[in-house]
Amino acid sequence: MLGSATLAIWYLGTALELSVVVCSVARKSFLRYFFLNLYMLLSVLTSVGRWYLILSGFGVNTDQYRYLYFYTDALLTLALYVAVISLFADVLGELHFAKHLRLAAVVLLLGTAAFSYSVVAQSADRLSTDFAYQLSQNLYFVGLVLTYLLWGAVLKVRETRTRLVQFILSLGLYFSACAASYALKNFTDRYDDILKYVDPLLGCLLPLAWSLTILRHTEETRLAPASLVVVPR
Amino acid sequence: MMAVFIFVFSVTTLLMFFVSYCRSLMASSSRHVLSEEVRDVTGIHSGASPRDYARVMQLLQLCPERPQDTTGLHAVGAYYWILNFAQATLLRMVPALQPWAEQERAGCAYFAAVALDRRIAFSREMLAQQVDL
Repeated sequence: MLGSATLAIWYLGTALELSVVVCSVARKSFLRYFFLNLYMLLSVLTSVGRWYLILSGFGVNTDQYRYLYFYTDALLTLALYVAVISLFADVLGELHFAKHLRLAAVVLLLGTAAFSYSVVAQSADRLSTDFAYQLSQNLYFVGLVLTYLLWGAVLKVRETRTRLVQFILSLGLYFSACAASYALKNFTDRYDDILKYVDPLLGCLLPLAWSLTILRHTEETRLAPASLVVVPR
Repeated sequence: MMAVFIFVFSVTTLLMFFVSYCRSLMASSSRHVLSEEVRDVTGIHSGASPRDYARVMQLLQLCPERPQDTTGLHAVGAYYWILNFAQATLLRMVPALQPWAEQERAGCAYFAAVALDRRIAFSREMLAQQVDL
């Protein structure tokens, strides 16, 4: 049974995800950042699917809910990878090796999808919490590495678009925090009581940061690239 | 072992992304020219100093909240706290980084002053709307 705090965070997260799409449409940026919006829409649909299952009488500890949770979580992570790749394409769009980079990203994406599918398919009989944590930890870690590379590219090409920079930084924060949280769960269960609220809260921060970025800045807003480097060179 | 490696790497990148995110928030406000009255009330004339932050934050609490700047202020507030902590502990061993930390804290103070400027403008707008009604 989900507690009222968990449910409240879940509702808030879903509302914030929807707000990203609404803000994008209102600011006429929906197609410009199509894959980011697609990820948010899929997240909302996933939440609706999970609610529907719970309302249909399947609790969060049933096999049906676990299967839905695992497969939708993998699907969402893949959608987020596609969003990261679309940001890669945006940042490196004008460079001559961008084509090779996109190809490498697609290969990585398909590889991760195949790996996740095979692992989940072979381990269907042991869809335990520990296993889920390990799989999620690895998927988030791959996402973190991708975002870290993307951030390196942003600094290298001296990207100045404020929106793009803040989208990538929020994504980096999200992946780092999620990977750290899952890794912590994997090597100790001492903080489980706190960490059970951390993941849904992190899920709220990403759409909140993206919504604020869309609302605060236009596509024309620019940053000085030097101001992004942590220690000035 | 793998979990420990992922945890250490993730926490390191989390800190790096957080600092860069706060710097991008501060950079987007750095071009804003403060109004005369905010300069007078905060005492920030040629440039902000690290110590201005606490005073500007007190002034901010006197103004009605503006929903758009609350999250940014929280993030930059946390960054200011981290810088203070780092200055009191780690940076004592690396004196060369002290001027950088001072500059960053001054940046936080300027960001808060810009938020104050925007809140005052926002309050004026609300007041004008109420008068119109």
